[in-house]
Amino acid sequence: MLTALRCVIARDLLLALRRRSDVLTALLFFVIVVSLFPLGLGNEPNLLRTIAPGVIWVAALLSSMLSLSRMFSEDHADGTLEQMLLSSSPLGMIVVGKVVAHWLVAGLPLVLISPVLALQFDLHQSLLWVLTLSLLIGTPVLSLIGAIGAALTLGLRGGGILLSLLVLPLYVPVLIIGAGTIDIASAGLSAQGHFMVLSAFLVVAAVFAPLAIAAALRISAE
Amino acid sequence: MSAGTTATGPNRKRTQINWFKYSSPQTFFPLAAKLAPWFGAAAALLCLAGLYISFFVAPTDAQQGDAYRIIFIHVPAAWMSMFLYVVMAFWAGAGLVFNTRLSGMMASAIAPSGALMTFIALWTGALWGKPTWGTWWVWDARLTSELILLFLYFGFMALQAAIDDPRRADKAGAVLALTGVVNIPIIYFSVQWWNTLHQGSSVSMKSAPTMAATMFAGMIVMALGFWMYSIAVTLLRVRCIILERERRSDWVAQYARTLK
Repeated sequence: MLTALRCVIARDLLLALRRRSDVLTALLFFVIVVSLFPLGLGNEPNLLRTIAPGVIWVAALLSSMLSLSRMFSEDHADGTLEQMLLSSSPLGMIVVGKVVAHWLVAGLPLVLISPVLALQFDLHQSLLWVLTLSLLIGTPVLSLIGAIGAALTLGLRGGGILLSLLVLPLYVPVLIIGAGTIDIASAGLSAQGHFMVLSAFLVVAAVFAPLAIAAALRISAE
Repeated sequence: MSAGTTATGPNRKRTQINWFKYSSPQTFFPLAAKLAPWFGAAAALLCLAGLYISFFVAPTDAQQGDAYRIIFIHVPAAWMSMFLYVVMAFWAGAGLVFNTRLSGMMASAIAPSGALMTFIALWTGALWGKPTWGTWWVWDARLTSELILLFLYFGFMALQAAIDDPRRADKAGAVLALTGVVNIPIIYFSVQWWNTLHQGSSVSMKSAPTMAATMFAGMIVMALGFWMYSIAVTLLRVRCIILERERRSDWVAQYARTLK
């Protein structure tokens, strides 16, 4: 079972490595969207400091959503997905592998670059680790929820727009708590409660999302 | 069913109804036609009575003046918006588990009513917020989660519309509806969990409502009216869906002939 998990992750990472431009595009999108806000809203430092958590979180959310539609579509097109459905390893485990790979490719780079972007917004240094940690816990949730939408819209016309309509409402709680973490910490209060709620989201999503993704894949591939 | 063999007399036999009979679209179609007018009439009567109580019987609120009267529309619509989502998710889930055709049809028939109720709740909430809070909209937990609920309904309908095969549409919609059910407790308890602008619930199961009895009666009657309306409209809508999906079957062809 764990072999299947490792194989799927290794395969998806290898595929991503062979096509580095895809990974870089999502990362560049994140950086550009975040940089647009100071240009559009003016460079008043107090304003930028206030909006930084929200802007970075929204940009991370959009950027990780952009790469969702590719999560299963290529496997669906070349028949790999059918082999995965037929495989003797549990589909839930394979799906977890796909999600982990998606997060490593589309989520982790955003987490790593976010402190640099936060510095551009003059976010206080003590808040940098809060932001990074909140993204570190939050982005896997985005990948897990997003995978449900990706599996449901597999092979549909207008899948990309539809995917955002399905997934964005479900992202909202993660966004509120995630961005709220930094707001709370910047007010000088303990962000522990927010981190716990965010971690609870991760645990619940990690348990239930693979079941929903697997069910959705079976429906889509019927 | 074994009703025929276990029944002791002819009377007993007549009163037993085999409910599973109506799980087939063909048998449910005429039943829905028979039931819909009754629910429609009940909805009209209850709404008229509820509006009469809310406008002429219920007293003016000491703090909010007459502006509070919009809660007679707002609260029932908000209740129904959440309740209909749960009912929709229930039917969708039943369709997914038992693989029954009618369940999926019921789920897609409920969705537009649910979206309408959510929209009414948001709209009347804005109309009430302007005189009471001085603003049309606040990004408060309950308002935001109700807005998400509206998006969930839209997402459900958009997903079903994008899939040509109705069986796949039912199943995919079911997975989405069951995923979105997480939002319902968040909306319901948001006022308790987050101390925000939206006032706490004035009605609860455990204690007496913190409002005049006539106000409470008006709200309950209106809620029942909205409920009956939702059932009536859902039955009519499910009839259309049944006809559309079963259009190639013999009984629909026969039914079409009787209409001419």
